[in-house]
Amino acid sequence: MSLLDTKPEHIEGWNRPPVIEPDGEGELLEVAMGPHHPSTHGVFRMDVALDGERVVRLKPVFGYLHRNHEKIAEGTTYLASMPYTDRLDYFCSLSNNWAYALAVEKLVGQEVPERAQYIRVILAELTRIQNHASTIGFLLQEMGASGTPLMYAFREREKILDLFESLTGSRMMCNYMRFGGCRVDVSGPWLAATRKVVAGLPAFVDEFEALLSSNEILMARCQGVGVLKPALAVNASISGPMLRASGVNYDIRKVDHYGIYDRFKFRVPLGDHGDIYDRYMVRVLEMRESIGILNQALKEIPGGPIMDPKAKLRGFRPKAGEAYGRIEAPKGELGFYLISDGSPNPYRYRVRPPSLINLTVLEDMCLGQNVADVVLIFGSVDIVLGEVDR
Amino acid sequence: MRTVEEIKAAIEAAVPDAGVTLVMNPSPAAQHSLLLQPEKAVAVATFLRDSPELAFDYLSNVTGVDWLDKEIAEKVKVTKSVTKTVDGVEQTVDETVEETQKRVEPGYLEAVYHLYSVALKDGPLVIRMRTANRTDKIEMPSLTPVWRGAEFQEREVFDLYGIVFAGHPDLRRILMWDGFKDHPMRKDYVEPDDFEYEPTAHDEVLKRAQERQASRD
Amino acid sequence: MLGEGIIKGMLETAKNFAGSFVSADRLTTVEYPEQRIPTAENARVFPFLVYDGAGWEAGLRCVACQICEKECPPKCIYIEKSKDKKPDFVGKMQIYPVRFDIDISVCMSCQICVEVCPFEAIKMDTQFELATDDRFGGLLMDRQQLAKSNEYYHSIHPAEAAEVDARLAQEKTAAEAKAKAAAEAAAAKAAADAAKAAAAKPETPAAGGN
Ligand code: SF4
Ligand code: SF4
Repeated sequence: MSLLDTKPEHIEGWNRPPVIEPDGEGELLEVAMGPHHPSTHGVFRMDVALDGERVVRLKPVFGYLHRNHEKIAEGTTYLASMPYTDRLDYFCSLSNNWAYALAVEKLVGQEVPERAQYIRVILAELTRIQNHASTIGFLLQEMGASGTPLMYAFREREKILDLFESLTGSRMMCNYMRFGGCRVDVSGPWLAATRKVVAGLPAFVDEFEALLSSNEILMARCQGVGVLKPALAVNASISGPMLRASGVNYDIRKVDHYGIYDRFKFRVPLGDHGDIYDRYMVRVLEMRESIGILNQALKEIPGGPIMDPKAKLRGFRPKAGEAYGRIEAPKGELGFYLISDGSPNPYRYRVRPPSLINLTVLEDMCLGQNVADVVLIFGSVDIVLGEVDR
Repeated sequence: MRTVEEIKAAIEAAVPDAGVTLVMNPSPAAQHSLLLQPEKAVAVATFLRDSPELAFDYLSNVTGVDWLDKEIAEKVKVTKSVTKTVDGVEQTVDETVEETQKRVEPGYLEAVYHLYSVALKDGPLVIRMRTANRTDKIEMPSLTPVWRGAEFQEREVFDLYGIVFAGHPDLRRILMWDGFKDHPMRKDYVEPDDFEYEPTAHDEVLKRAQERQASRD
Repeated sequence: MLGEGIIKGMLETAKNFAGSFVSADRLTTVEYPEQRIPTAENARVFPFLVYDGAGWEAGLRCVACQICEKECPPKCIYIEKSKDKKPDFVGKMQIYPVRFDIDISVCMSCQICVEVCPFEAIKMDTQFELATDDRFGGLLMDRQQLAKSNEYYHSIHPAEAAEVDARLAQEKTAAEAKAKAAAEAAAAKAAADAAKAAAAKPETPAAGGN
């Protein structure tokens, strides 16, 4: 069925995208952007109906990378799903590990030792910094700044990935957290290396900002484009930097206080206009706040065990029940919903993917914009297809 | 945070005949949930979103769960008339005997919604809806008109579990392709026999692959 | 002034360009394969089987308990148990794997097999240049291809290997002490029995004894 044949409907009171009437001159054109478009971050398609340059309808098409991660996880043990979570949002495997570990810990009422909590915070914030830096790099890449900002971001990311590799053994597929703690302990030299990298990060963010923040081309392309209103953002379950760029003060680290986030002082950056530029700026400011959290955590990290001695590695069978655990992942709210029936495999295992749900409003943001801006708006959402399609 | 019982009472006060049931969660997470009647679900959901004291304006997660038909064997006490010879006289006596009876509890599909409140920084509240069975009565109302965030997630539940959300603006498959039959997340889903040869030279995959290869030759 | 931001950005780029000639920090690329970065000590690629001593077949630590096979998430390990037994490192008779295959085209380097193995028999390798043009056979590693010596393990993960050796040595002494104690106890018992027999005094067993 062609997109042009579908009848757009706008129902009063519903948060549906507005109907844009074509101006009647010329024909409407239907374009399939993707699945092999360089701007789609993977295999993803947007069916766009254009009136001249203006977008009148847009439908995202998913599923090219679908592997039914949830079904696989329901057929295997709780522990065996941990390495699979790395592959959801492969930029942020450590946050995914944490979200899954958190949900299982809720399900069985497992405590996590102090030192492990600090390690988790350090790794999660490092992950956030490298994710935001690369996201901004990709956004600029899509704007046509081919190479430079992305390579600067990757240069910094490389240092962080080296830290991950020397601790967990792998750069991206870390598979590091366990139910009730972490797999290996951080060593003194590792902490020293981390402190050194973190000390260099403010200079990098300054450099990045000097390169970009006041660039007139960036401002012209981003300001006032792809606006998302706060009411719609909340109603459409948008999360993460995108929600905060619309001015909604909602950061799960502050709301749920999961882990030990209530011990750290940090601010939640908020946007004003909800446009692409605000999303860019919120990410830059979040990097700065993350550096602050890292400095506090690296200073205070206590000694002690990294694994609860009562935690079981083999023969792990939670009692029947269910739990939903969520964290503030770099891309938004990442949640895991688990139902146990007392067997070694979860009865139901669900991932709440922030990347997929943040795309709900893609059409709303793109309608009436030029087709060239669709690429930018899409880039500012920050998705990873491994998580969208699961 | 209000307890689930208080929320239930508030719903019952606001929506007449809401018919909300409390479903307890025995795990240490203790996230108890409310089971809604499909007929009243939209009214209850709108109340949950709009009531200023509750203000569950943020729908975090929507998912399906498949509960298969369960065969329950239970011991029942049955009273039977038995003819017996007592003291040489034949009598009919009522006697209670224990018997194992099998009963099939019909399975159902369930949709689970996790709500939070951005305004009050509150949550989670878990609400559920159930279909009557797993085959033909699989409709329930869509909550997308209340929370737009359910749009893609309900499509996913429809795609992978086959729950039909009445009133969803765009209920199509989302992850599987359009011509696909069946719903892969159901517990009784049978994988199609169209695997490729895998180099894993040891499990039954190899045997099946060789058989298929032989039938092709 | 319009264009000020662009000029500021250009300056930053120029600084990095010029800096790449003088500071190693700004020049981050290496020309693989001529230049190489040393791998991190914790790095992991694919699993291998550790053996002690000179002969790989005799020295394999694996006792074919199949725990790793069961726990491996993508199920890429295949083990066949032996019918006979051979002595393990403490001298106890154990079964061994007659077949131990890992399909590294399926393996996802998660190292769960290493974590669950109770016998320190399987460890992670750091060798990553494994490309082959044989898609099916070339990536299916058998027992012999997987076997690597303990010395090799020491050379790639020195700290971890030393820890493992210490643990195994401790286990061995404990096992030896136990064996010795058991032997002594047996000898003592035999002596006592002999003494009893020598006394040749018929005894009725105590009531209630089981
Ligand atoms: S590393 Fe992971 S995938 Fe590979 S053999 Fe071990 S358990 Fe299996
Ligand atoms: S490698 Fe370890 S876990 Fe696997 S079968 Fe051998 S002894 Fe058992």
